[in-house]
Amino acid sequence: MPAEFILIPGRTSKQGTSLNEGKYTDNYQTEINTLQMNPDDMDRLSIAEGDVVRVWNSFGSVDVPVKSGKAELPIGVLFISYGDKSCRLMGGETHGSGMPDSKGLDVLLEKVES
Amino acid sequence: MATEIDQEKAPAKLKIVEDATCTFCGCVCDDMELTVEGNTITKAKNACVLGKSWFFNHHIEDRPEAMIDGQPASYDEAFDVAADVLFHSQYAITYGLSDTTCEAQRVAVAITDWIGGNLDTTTSVCHGPSGMAFQGVGEVTATLGEIRNRADYLIFWGGNPAESHPRHFTKYSLMPKGQFVPNGRKDRTAVLIDVRKTKSAKAVDTFLQIRPRSDFELAWALRGLARGIDVDPSVEEKTGIPLEQLVEVMEGMKRAKFGAILFGMGVTMTRGKHINSEAVLALARDMNRHTRWIAKPMRGHGNVTGADNVVSWSTGYPFGVSLTRGYPRFNPGEFTSSDLLARREADAALIIASDPMSNFSQPARDHLASIPVVVLDPKLSDTARIAKVAFTTATYGINTTGTVYRMDDIPLPLRPAFESPFKSDYEILKAIEARIRKRQLQAVS
Ligand code: SF4
Repeated sequence: MPAEFILIPGRTSKQGTSLNEGKYTDNYQTEINTLQMNPDDMDRLSIAEGDVVRVWNSFGSVDVPVKSGKAELPIGVLFISYGDKSCRLMGGETHGSGMPDSKGLDVLLEKVES
Repeated sequence: MATEIDQEKAPAKLKIVEDATCTFCGCVCDDMELTVEGNTITKAKNACVLGKSWFFNHHIEDRPEAMIDGQPASYDEAFDVAADVLFHSQYAITYGLSDTTCEAQRVAVAITDWIGGNLDTTTSVCHGPSGMAFQGVGEVTATLGEIRNRADYLIFWGGNPAESHPRHFTKYSLMPKGQFVPNGRKDRTAVLIDVRKTKSAKAVDTFLQIRPRSDFELAWALRGLARGIDVDPSVEEKTGIPLEQLVEVMEGMKRAKFGAILFGMGVTMTRGKHINSEAVLALARDMNRHTRWIAKPMRGHGNVTGADNVVSWSTGYPFGVSLTRGYPRFNPGEFTSSDLLARREADAALIIASDPMSNFSQPARDHLASIPVVVLDPKLSDTARIAKVAFTTATYGINTTGTVYRMDDIPLPLRPAFESPFKSDYEILKAIEARIRKRQLQAVS
């Protein structure tokens, strides 16, 4: 059964510092390709750090490894740094504002069994 | 302001640049003291962690000056191909501009006007909704200097300055001792409103952890309280914040001598967008019935505020401007880049100091990858990788001088640290503009 979540893409200072090193450095790539999740949600869904999950909505689907968002993230909310993965889950509709829904995206999540 | 010290044994000349400006984020701190050895900045006194990484990682890139279809090319060849792409386009878009100087921004506006294209900046996917809200409800505003010297109540809303603008707290808002807040932090009350309990939460007195997508409802409830209207306790169900706590915050807000709401993209990027910004701006306006309050967006890129200013003073609108009919028309949703690309309308793109391939929606990215793109960027980016023509540029503020605007609309000069073999955005855009004009004049003669 896929679980429902709200995804909030954003920026981190690690993304900022590694951006200056270059977008093709390991640091930057790890930062934009890792999903953060509340530890209670991880327990509930039996997901350990480093496990890969599939996150999808009507616009796209991505597979990403998980790390604990510690106390920063409330239950039911996911965080990822802006990048290729978050783009794939964004639709083109801007509701006449010029800005696509870029935070607070409804997504479904399921563990990818290796 | 540069003083040069000859060091006998040092292989490269040591140079100290005082009062240099960091252009990594919208704080645009202009109190940097840079130690420069040859083509490397080895010390950046006063810079935060982001500023240090900005200064230490901008060397002279080992890249060709330009690439055409992925192959190294000279600037001159690339100018011609770029001019051809833009000259022959039916509906070109100009986009980016937030990480370059105002001088370069002006030339980009001119090029777009000459070719009858569409002009938009990264504002449209950052605080564009706030730009729309200013037109709807106005902006009660102040400079960061006023906030530093006067603000005794601060609300940070939908932003994480501790990570995104690390010196905002220490230089401008929370910590500094100011004329009317002589004890600094002790004289100020601070509230953070956010969905995530970010690092900024540690710095404030009260953290209101709201439910996702409830910024509007929270702002509206606070507006009600500011105007003495009874607010229904059900606001807690929607926002996660009990009414009593909101009443308490409102009492504090009313007692303040000078309050400031500093809001980030948690407000503008969530469903509701410009309506969320309007609610926050209107709350600041309402608070002026009681005492002095202002609201200011926290701007991200170094000169995104300059982009708004330059585009506004030259076209009358801040972003999302169509120049296709020979006069400016503003319509977010129609003339904004994300929409023009997702609807597959644009047939060429001039992208300046920005990387839409790494942050636009998938439909927009798909179309951008299918049309000829001209890119100016100091570093290799996802957009430079798909470009027809990619220019390597000097880095503004580190290699080139010019003007940038701080997030509070204060223009500041840049003091470069060392020269780059690459041309500046300004020089490249000027060269493209001259070639486009030549083609246009030839076409009519
Ligand atoms: S706060 Fe921003 S402008 Fe100031 S030093 Fe840090 S990155 Fe640079």
